[in-house]
Amino acid sequence: MDDLLDLDQVIERFDPAIGLEVHVELNTASKMWCGCSTAPGADPNTQVCPVCLGLPGSLPVVNGKAVESVIRIGLALNCDVAEWCRFSRKNYFYPDMTKDYQISQYDEPICFDGSVDLEVDGRTYVIGIERVHMEEDAGKLVHGGATGRIHDADHSLVDYNRAGVPLMEIVTRPVPGLGAEAPAVARAYMAHLRELMRALGVSDARMEQGNLRCDANISLAPKGRTELGTRTETKNVNSLRSVEAAITYEMRRQGAILSSGARVKQETRHWHEEGYTSPGRSKEQAEDYRYFPEPDLVPVAPSREWVEALRATLPEPPAGRRARLQAEWRFTDLEMRDVLGTEGALELIDATVAAGASPASARKWWLGELARRANESGAALDDLAIGPRQVAELQSLVDAGTINDKLAREVIEAVLAGEGDPAAVVEARGLAVVDDDSALSAAVEEAIAANPDVAERIRAGRVQAAGALIGAVMKQMHGRADAAKVRELILARLG
Amino acid sequence: MNPVLRRTAADLAAAIRSGELTSVEVTEAFLARIEAVDDQVHAFLAVDRDRALETARRVDAKRSAGQALGPLAGVPIAVKDLLSYEGLPTTAGSRILENYRPVYNATIVQRLIDNDLVILGKTNLDEFAMGSSTETSAFGPTHNPWDLERIPGGSGGGSSAALAAFEAPLAIGTDTGGSIRQPASVTGTVGVKPTYGGTSRYGVIAMASSLDQPGPCARTVEDAALLHEVICGHDPLDSTSIDQPVPPVVEAARRADVRGMRIGVVRELGGEGYAPGVEQRFREAVEVLREAGAEIVEVSCPHFVYALPTYYLIMPAEVSSNLARYDGMRYGLRSGDDGSASVEQVMNRTRGEGFGEEAKRRIILGTYALSSGYYDAYYGSAQKVRTLISRDFEAAFAQCEVLVSPATPTTAFKLGERIDDPLAMYMADLCTIPSNLAGNASASFPCGLAPEDGLPVGFQVMAPPMADDRLYRVGAALERALTARWGGPLLDRAPDLTRSVQALVDEEK
Repeated sequence: MDDLLDLDQVIERFDPAIGLEVHVELNTASKMWCGCSTAPGADPNTQVCPVCLGLPGSLPVVNGKAVESVIRIGLALNCDVAEWCRFSRKNYFYPDMTKDYQISQYDEPICFDGSVDLEVDGRTYVIGIERVHMEEDAGKLVHGGATGRIHDADHSLVDYNRAGVPLMEIVTRPVPGLGAEAPAVARAYMAHLRELMRALGVSDARMEQGNLRCDANISLAPKGRTELGTRTETKNVNSLRSVEAAITYEMRRQGAILSSGARVKQETRHWHEEGYTSPGRSKEQAEDYRYFPEPDLVPVAPSREWVEALRATLPEPPAGRRARLQAEWRFTDLEMRDVLGTEGALELIDATVAAGASPASARKWWLGELARRANESGAALDDLAIGPRQVAELQSLVDAGTINDKLAREVIEAVLAGEGDPAAVVEARGLAVVDDDSALSAAVEEAIAANPDVAERIRAGRVQAAGALIGAVMKQMHGRADAAKVRELILARLG
Repeated sequence: MNPVLRRTAADLAAAIRSGELTSVEVTEAFLARIEAVDDQVHAFLAVDRDRALETARRVDAKRSAGQALGPLAGVPIAVKDLLSYEGLPTTAGSRILENYRPVYNATIVQRLIDNDLVILGKTNLDEFAMGSSTETSAFGPTHNPWDLERIPGGSGGGSSAALAAFEAPLAIGTDTGGSIRQPASVTGTVGVKPTYGGTSRYGVIAMASSLDQPGPCARTVEDAALLHEVICGHDPLDSTSIDQPVPPVVEAARRADVRGMRIGVVRELGGEGYAPGVEQRFREAVEVLREAGAEIVEVSCPHFVYALPTYYLIMPAEVSSNLARYDGMRYGLRSGDDGSASVEQVMNRTRGEGFGEEAKRRIILGTYALSSGYYDAYYGSAQKVRTLISRDFEAAFAQCEVLVSPATPTTAFKLGERIDDPLAMYMADLCTIPSNLAGNASASFPCGLAPEDGLPVGFQVMAPPMADDRLYRVGAALERALTARWGGPLLDRAPDLTRSVQALVDEEK
């Protein structure tokens, strides 16, 4: 196990600098160079053709929609858009690359020199965007054998359905001066990108599905030094929580190394969800990718008119939108932070409010019961089999007094189990609270009779004792009663 | 020899349209010729007899049904084994693709099919089109029908030899540094490299993407023009394909008129290293054009002398990347997969065993030229010189409509003569390479036999991009005048290979 230095000591002695390289899988209908579908979930090697299989003689043709998406992203990140740029070949041998080179962009990215303002705990941080470029994804290797890991695989299979899916890489400049906030700022940056991709509609941006992948560069420099220290690049950082944790870990690991007088080795490291990084291949033996301009493609030269037309399609900037929604919803900063800290919650709450629910109730369901269930099943919030419209319907049933919160949870259970929309579930399961006064009165009488001493205390004015009787009535009614109404009946009878 | 074999493609097509001949008769005649002579020539790697006859029958049925036939319908054609053709192996002349069968057709092949041409089979070539003699083919060299001990040119020696041996009236070639023109030159046939982007590269196995260009090979200028019109034109599957109308090449070939045309003789392409007979026939051809009404000027293209070294940096760089995919993982040869070897080991063994010497040489050269620290000095500098060569062309084309030179410095050399001397081999492309680097149109037309060895000499014409029709104007004018002077086509003077077979048979007795 690595030696780790306490974070506050790291900050005391060193200035961290972070740089993030984020790959975004675009959600175009077809691949980057051919017409094959990008739809997920297909049987292996069924969404392939001579082009994405790199068969001899086949040639790529650029997906115009992907170029459009990348330009829109670049504009949203305040980048300049190149008037002319080329694709390059990145040459390396690996069985997931059908051509044994990746078509990417090298020294002529389509978008460059942008910046993002992030607000973290009331402070604004500016993240410089060095470049945004286009490239293609590789196929997926599936390693056979006991563990599914490469080192003890007895065979490997390749699925080229993903080969040639449009990818975009967003590279930040090194960001120094973040101090102890470095991990939180990195996390906020990722959350910002995720939100931006969705607002632009260019990517599903699901981190857990690999639509959004982050490589984190981290280095420490002794306090006061301006030049950057030796960096490591941590790969496989695929959730907001991991971004924060991996950067914290690397800062502490490097802090321990530097404090002992040793040097940090420049290398690629892998993040493990168990909470540590391990070395990957050493950068000293890094491959020479022999980049050169891709001769099979003509340069991309977006006209200024087109770029301006695309700029006009940009949605409200996420930070502005967040501020607007917080004001409209009247959420406290703390409430808003919870919303933003839960993947997908902002969009879901917005949609639920649009479907008629109050902001508070929408937040209550999505961050409460539904977040809990998502957590339990390891699913993303927006992967649950219940959507904003159904949550709004559920809340309207509660508001109308048809069901109470307890019954509502049962309804959620049923909706998740595929039994239909909330109203239909209430109907089918007969879950509506009993509104029949005589049935309730009978249950109240029974409860009083069974608990004479409690009833006596209530008569004596100790109103809070009513709780015990309410519980007894609710039990009798199998939960299908409005607790407020029961309380009213008890107090009227004994008051 | 069956007289059908000597007829031009235009003539055969007309005969098929008129009913004088059926496509089946024509196809059978060429299949029989292949059977009779190809064991000497070895122009073909695969003959597709059944499918060829099936296509021929379909064309004949079309005619019987009164359907209109295209300008080359029913005419047989040979295709260089670098183009994907579903159903036949496509080897690129390499062991590494020996058993590869494409699952799709190259755009050009599809156009041949759509235009009712009869594909006879696939022709031999240097491995991945790398060579000037077909000797780097993994499947043995092709022999020049003019002298079986000599090279048929390369890389498209199979296509040029098939034409010169009357095994096919038309063929498809590809030209990266001269692979259509140099074989045409040394076999006394016509070979045209269209403007880069004029023909689709889709389905043509890549050697050097920024230089490769498929084109027509034929025995007459008009035949080449007819084929040019069938195969050229925009293809959305090839991003480098030019979206403009095909230049009027057939019309130009039929007009054969160079009156008032300014023709520039390139000073740098001649002199030392050029065979006397080549220079003599070239000068005579220039005179023929002057007599036909052209104005002859001398022009200088000072950077052409750097074309060869420039080419031998850019081409291998692209080769090193284009040939990476032959790694034994998905198709073709797979060596050393003994169950314990790693992926890297299998890739190494496959490439080690699958590629020949020349392919390896160029992969290594290109890998080096692109390496970090060397890129600027090699690949980067070469690209700059490439620009200078293009500017030479621009300046020259400002003074004249076409440029001319010998197509190759010598006539066909002997098989084995240069195979161990790569630099000598590379010199064969000295005159043709500049047009590939600049992407302009260029062709080789027969201009006689060198007095010293009686072997064909090629006359190169170069035209600006998308002015391919000018090549045909000059070529046709030359052909008309020279054919009259010779009293018939040059190929009439080539040895009759069936007679030499008969001679062998007699000797045996």
